[in-house]
Amino acid sequence: MAPPTPSPDRAASGRLPHAFTTPGSSSFVDFLAGYAPELLPGNRPVPAAEVSAPHGTTIVALAFDGGVVMAGDRRATMGSMIASREIEKVFPADEYSAVGIAGTAGLATELVRLFQLELEHYEKIEGSLLSLDGKANRLSTMIRGNLGLAMQGLAVVPLFAGFDLDRRVGRIFSYDVTGGRYEEHDHHAVGSGSVFARGSLKKLWRPGLDAAGGVRVAVEALVDAADDDSATGGPDSTRRIWPVVATVSEAGYLRVGHDELGDVVGEVEAERRASHADRGGAR
Amino acid sequence: MSMPFYVSPEQLMKDRADYARKGIARGRSVVVLQYDDGIAFATENASRALHKISEIYDRIAFAAVGKYNEFENLRVAGVRYADLRGFSYDREDVTARGLANAYAQTLGTVFTTESKPLEVELVVAEVGREASGDQVYRLSYDGSVADEHGYVVMGGQADKLGGLLAEGWRPGLTLREVLRLAVDVLGAAGDDDGKRRSIPAQQLEVAVLDRTRPRRAFRRLTGALLEDLLAPTLDGAPTSTPPAPAPAPQGD
Repeated sequence: MAPPTPSPDRAASGRLPHAFTTPGSSSFVDFLAGYAPELLPGNRPVPAAEVSAPHGTTIVALAFDGGVVMAGDRRATMGSMIASREIEKVFPADEYSAVGIAGTAGLATELVRLFQLELEHYEKIEGSLLSLDGKANRLSTMIRGNLGLAMQGLAVVPLFAGFDLDRRVGRIFSYDVTGGRYEEHDHHAVGSGSVFARGSLKKLWRPGLDAAGGVRVAVEALVDAADDDSATGGPDSTRRIWPVVATVSEAGYLRVGHDELGDVVGEVEAERRASHADRGGAR
Repeated sequence: MSMPFYVSPEQLMKDRADYARKGIARGRSVVVLQYDDGIAFATENASRALHKISEIYDRIAFAAVGKYNEFENLRVAGVRYADLRGFSYDREDVTARGLANAYAQTLGTVFTTESKPLEVELVVAEVGREASGDQVYRLSYDGSVADEHGYVVMGGQADKLGGLLAEGWRPGLTLREVLRLAVDVLGAAGDDDGKRRSIPAQQLEVAVLDRTRPRRAFRRLTGALLEDLLAPTLDGAPTSTPPAPAPAPQGD
């Protein structure tokens, strides 16, 4: 056995290191854990004191006939400050799934990048896609690896949704900081505004929604969350910054276009404005 | 006490090279051809699962002939190399040139230091935004690298098939034309008694790096799509009459 020096054979003569040609798992995370563990987010030293870093907030997901919608607002906060008003928190995990992340923004985006790579790596090595449950379980393992940082207030809480190619339905999974994985039925929300978004989803979601109806319900839920939660950003009509909304169905991951979303936001706002029109507001 | 026989280095290298060449020549050929919108790969392969052509990264693909376990091992190493590099730096920073170098060093080291050379020949190809940006590297069992333009043949009867491709290939062919050419050439390798064959679509493994696709350019062509591409054109024009060149892209 070679002595356990840091980064063995990495510079050896430019040839591919033995770790690369060793047959093993199809998981990129497992490969990194063996070859370059310092690149894994969970393997870094845990900060001694609490760290203040930007936090991402509300993500909602709901099922419709033949798929799921996932949407996230665009705000990141740091304490009582707005750290970003155009951060994106909903991403394609692969062609048939989406992941949205609430919690520490820096760790979350890194985790998403690793998760996307994990799925693509498996697909390239094996020549086939992981099952939706398999993808959900991989995410669970990765969240568990982050527990040390979560204890220091750097938690990452994802929401995962995808189109199940075997069952032909959209499914939603939620997680806790310890990596617990829970399948949600019909709809779910995570993040600071999730309490209000969930209430909204409960009243607005109904069976048999189509994709456009699902997008509308998701936007309403985010508007309701932004109404009551200061860390959730509503649609910004001044700068024309809309939430990130995506559908995942048989056709794959499709982000709803800027103009199309602008129309939906416009309708929601117009409707709400009309309901306050004759009362002159609270003066 | 027995002394090992002296073998001259020339003889040693020659024996190894002969050994590797023999192993490689036993397999079916793989052809790689540039076309107007990308790079096409084709080989005769009845298996749906044991691929000779694979995706490495967004715009990089891999094709191999020789011993399956050896090139599969190199393929997996290439995917790990590319994914690790893309994760540490950026997706843009993964290049076919870097990968070809790593493969060349690996093949070269194994050839000179290990008891048996790898019986493989590889192509690493990267599709560019323009045809001029395409890169095709061919790597031999001893680690030598060649930067190829236009087309490459690897495997048994590579010389004969290369000659046929040289006659049929020219820049700016369409996908349909290069695939017809590839299948004709692969069929010309003949069966055991040297007769020309026509290879049915089910026996072919065909993939492309399509430069028009947004991120992952690699795509396998199978089933009805492949049959349609290989079907004779409706006007019955033989491939020897070149169609009018595609209109020049408008500058913008």
